Amino acid sequence: MLTKKGLKSPGYLKTGTTIVGLIFENGVILGADTRATEGPIVADKNCEKIHYMAPNIYCCGAGTAADTEAVTDNISSQLKLHRYHTGRESRVVTALTLLKSHLFRYQGHVSAALVLGGVDVTGPHLHTIYPHGSTDTLPFATMGSGSLAAMAIFESEYREGLTRDEGVNLVTKAICSGIFNDLGSGSNVDVCVIEKGKKEYLRNHLTPNPRTYISSKGYTFSKKTEVLLTKITPLKELVDVVQVGGDAMEE
Amino acid sequence: MDRDATADVNAPHSMGTTIIGVTYNGGVILGADSRTSTGLYVANRASDKITQLTDNVYICRSGSAADSQIVSDYVRYFLHQHTIQLGQPATVKVAANLVRLLSYNNKNMLQTGVIVGGWDKYEGGKIYGIPLGGTILEQPFAIGGSGSSYLYGFFDQAWKEGMTKDEAEQLVVKAVSLAIARDGASGGVVRTVTINSEGVTRNFYPGDQLPLWHDEVEAHNSLLDILNASNPEPMST
Repeated sequence: MLTKKGLKSPGYLKTGTTIVGLIFENGVILGADTRATEGPIVADKNCEKIHYMAPNIYCCGAGTAADTEAVTDNISSQLKLHRYHTGRESRVVTALTLLKSHLFRYQGHVSAALVLGGVDVTGPHLHTIYPHGSTDTLPFATMGSGSLAAMAIFESEYREGLTRDEGVNLVTKAICSGIFNDLGSGSNVDVCVIEKGKKEYLRNHLTPNPRTYISSKGYTFSKKTEVLLTKITPLKELVDVVQVGGDAMEE
Repeated sequence: MDRDATADVNAPHSMGTTIIGVTYNGGVILGADSRTSTGLYVANRASDKITQLTDNVYICRSGSAADSQIVSDYVRYFLHQHTIQLGQPATVKVAANLVRLLSYNNKNMLQTGVIVGGWDKYEGGKIYGIPLGGTILEQPFAIGGSGSSYLYGFFDQAWKEGMTKDEAEQLVVKAVSLAIARDGASGGVVRTVTINSEGVTRNFYPGDQLPLWHDEVEAHNSLLDILNASNPEPMST
């Protein structure tokens, strides 16, 4: 095809991403950067990558932005119907099974790499889900192009039984490692803390890359187009209108 | 550089693996390493490749993680239904046959080889190997995964009819650690599952407590040592 002759097909909006999650003392913490890229262009400097699944379950997404958004929205809707049906709080494994079935069915063509976290009646849970539909269950996890940078932080500093604040700090540090060392990741740190019966979505928990080029004096704009005359002069008063040739229209 | 730096992270998740199933007098022992990789990146260093199907049947998975998980999920579902309808535990043979059926019928879509092992009251401890094409092999012992190529000679020499439970477990741990030492796609810890008339026992052998083989050196300044030190500073030595 044309691609073989050097024509590039336009790429999709990909989230070159750092997303992480860990289990702490009494819950789960998820973290994400906020950069969305389209090839080499930063398409959005402050996007949201921590998606809502259920009141007690959230999910970080990496890969094609449209896919992560669509798959999490779809499963979130299925979970809500399931809750109405059963009258019980959603479980993390339910979300996990629905997500992996969907992704396996599309054989990796739905490119969504996810970190799923939540607290349910059986306790805190953290899973990773790959685009082909395989899943892992881990105490700490990273995904996306910045996963190596973030995992380096987790591997050297994670331990069992972290407190809430220690957990948030470690997640923030891991995301920062992705933001600063991975070209696909950048901008701010989003964090989501889920505990039994409560959650905290810390949007832009840390903003290590503020805009540096704002004018301190503010911006001024040139004067708008000035109105010089409002009187209307019909053309008929100035010239004679003569009909030339042609028959007048008849009915 | 024509190799995308993120190609490994985006590669499909597969288990370059060492998996083993061995029968002994009274039951079976299953063994596996714990490495899951995407290309050259270790995606999970503590994975559990020995998955429960029923109370008395387990499965060792190798190949594509997604494929082997979906196969075992389906088989677990069918076996639970079968157990309820039958009113008694499913046999190892039934479990293995279900795996074979899925592997054979969908052979064009699946990249997975497995070892099914368990104990039932009719035939005792049994091991079934179900490699890539979906054939079924009842064997006294079975080895699988990328690490198994290093083990054929070892098993021909070391496997004996009628071993005791301890002898068999030591053989499995030794074999997996030998494969870990030579196969780059296998690593981490050794996990074993023992199944007999008494029930099921899981065992875990951390990577730094495995035997050392030719040219290997004692774990030294490993991650665990650094973390346990009073001042964790990896670059100080």
